[in-house]
Amino acid sequence: MAEPKASRGGALHPLAELTRVRMLEFLREPEAVFWVFVFPVLLALALGIAFRDSGATSYRVGVTDPAIADRLAGAPTLSVAAMERSAALEALGRGRLDIVVEVEPGSEPLPRLVYRFDQTRPEGRAARLAVDDALQRAYGRLEPLQHRDERTADRGSRYIDFLIPGLIGLNLMGSGMWGIGFSIVVARTRGLLKRFAATPMRRPHYLVSYALSRLLFLVLEVAAIVGFGWLMFGVAVRGPLLAVLAVAIGGGLTFAALGLLVAARSRTIESVSGWMNLLMLPMWLLSGSFFSYERFPEAFWPAIRLLPLTAVNDALRAVFRGEALLAGALPELAVLAAWGLVSFAIAVRRFRWQ
Amino acid sequence: MSGTGNDRGVAARCVGLVKRYPGVVAVDGLDLEVRRGECFGLLGPNGAGKTTTVEILEGLNTPDDGVVEVLGQRWGTGDDRLLRERLGIQLQETQLADKLTVAETVRLFRSFYRHGRPVDEVIRLVSLDEKRNARVGKLSGGQKQRLALACALVSAPELMFLDEPTTGLDPQARRHVWDVVESFRQGGGTVILTTHYMEEAARLCDRLAIVDHGRRIALGTPAELVASLGADQILELHAGGELDADRLGMLPGVAGVSARNGGWMVRVRDVGAALPAVLGELERAGAPLEQLTTHQATLEDVFVHLTGRGLRDG
Repeated sequence: MAEPKASRGGALHPLAELTRVRMLEFLREPEAVFWVFVFPVLLALALGIAFRDSGATSYRVGVTDPAIADRLAGAPTLSVAAMERSAALEALGRGRLDIVVEVEPGSEPLPRLVYRFDQTRPEGRAARLAVDDALQRAYGRLEPLQHRDERTADRGSRYIDFLIPGLIGLNLMGSGMWGIGFSIVVARTRGLLKRFAATPMRRPHYLVSYALSRLLFLVLEVAAIVGFGWLMFGVAVRGPLLAVLAVAIGGGLTFAALGLLVAARSRTIESVSGWMNLLMLPMWLLSGSFFSYERFPEAFWPAIRLLPLTAVNDALRAVFRGEALLAGALPELAVLAAWGLVSFAIAVRRFRWQ
Repeated sequence: MSGTGNDRGVAARCVGLVKRYPGVVAVDGLDLEVRRGECFGLLGPNGAGKTTTVEILEGLNTPDDGVVEVLGQRWGTGDDRLLRERLGIQLQETQLADKLTVAETVRLFRSFYRHGRPVDEVIRLVSLDEKRNARVGKLSGGQKQRLALACALVSAPELMFLDEPTTGLDPQARRHVWDVVESFRQGGGTVILTTHYMEEAARLCDRLAIVDHGRRIALGTPAELVASLGADQILELHAGGELDADRLGMLPGVAGVSARNGGWMVRVRDVGAALPAVLGELERAGAPLEQLTTHQATLEDVFVHLTGRGLRDG
């Protein structure tokens, strides 16, 4: 206690130096900067364009009978083409048409129709309803009920609105686990960990410096994706931005701990890569980054919700939708805390310094 | 904490050190005592157990048996971190981070120690001032090795461990490293050094232990060890026929003979007397001379004499 504060000869506190060095190393690795900052934005751009404005798409209808094609011509959500039967069937098989309308031979005076579509595809089912509706009316069906379409705001329910929080989650996972796991194993194979262990450095400082440098970069990563989504596609965060940050920090720390765990003992890049993929691939698929996990049977949902990436994605979407601040995300934050603390505890205990 | 009174002069010691790995005994009952202020060398071929021994002394590895004391303290019995504050360590195969600069690297290591030298002073000490802001990845092998020394010196250590500090360096880079070690010695520091270069051992070390198969096979100053050969010249010869070792050994001026690499290594007290006698013996045996060299006896010859192998033989 009475000891005068050591000057450390021009250096800062070891934790500060370790964190600083981590950040410098990261920034001097152009590939890493690309994957962490540029790639998610490019992905958002590509997917945002590919799936843009899906509400306004029209169904692609192939019609083998010119008379029927004429009747359909004015229908608002249909793009209709009259074509040979064989060509129409081929186009349907290749997914270039959503539905083919044929007329049964010898069905006069009113045609008997055959609708061909893939009923496993939502577009096929919707196209069938729209075509049938349009034709029935064209042939004189009366509408007993009056109605008026009131469209909900597209904003918030488009694919890009779903995607942006998922991309943030994915990015937190990728940069946390790869960024940390990889550099620790590299340091181990280069004998650097052993060299540090030969100094009076406090070992937890080394591990904590990874988490700290992640936290600092995480703010930029999340800001890059949120900012891009907002500027390019108008994806709005309806909850407070601080809540986004809080969830991101929770997720970032959890994935940092998982990265530490995976790297705790690996001696080679190959083995750490294998473990990373084993851990991350299921989450890529299951955790609802690109599509909702509710497409899987309901019996699986509780298990899927226990995955850390699912927790991050769900919590982020809740904040984006503006639901009940953080209180709504408590179960997700609890899942994250459990993964993070358990992983960190095991990682520290099992960490191999040589 | 501190040892008994007569230990004051001892920087490090180990007694009956044993380390086994599956299928191999790396260190086999080694005794060493390193005095304060000296440069003590472990000379031996690759795989002799030098690195294992040093890593046990450094507290990076644990022995299966034996006693280790460094600066009067045993690892794991007191505050190991306090002991580490007093050591400077260069490991055999550390590759420092390529993306950091020289100054950033030294500064990082400096931050681990409560007391030590200022970063700039250490960089000057190893003559890397001009490379201060160069990335580690851009340094030459010799410069990297001096940076490793800087990281060891930054704690202003009482005891410095150097494990093969010049392996793979060209002669000029090697001399540069030696200069740094010698200036540390002049400041009163103790050095424990491993090497398989006998020139390095002869140049830097006050005392040496020659180590083979995890055992100490000789101990002394470089001059004492060379003197133990009983000869100051070595005559190496290859002949095209059978020679009788006993007859060779009895020739005038010859101290001893051993077979080596299909030829003979003759330890010679008096070249003037021995050379004609050896040539005469060849003629008598009807073995034509194929090759003959003679050189001043070195530590290498001591090792060959003790083991029948060279320091750099596989």
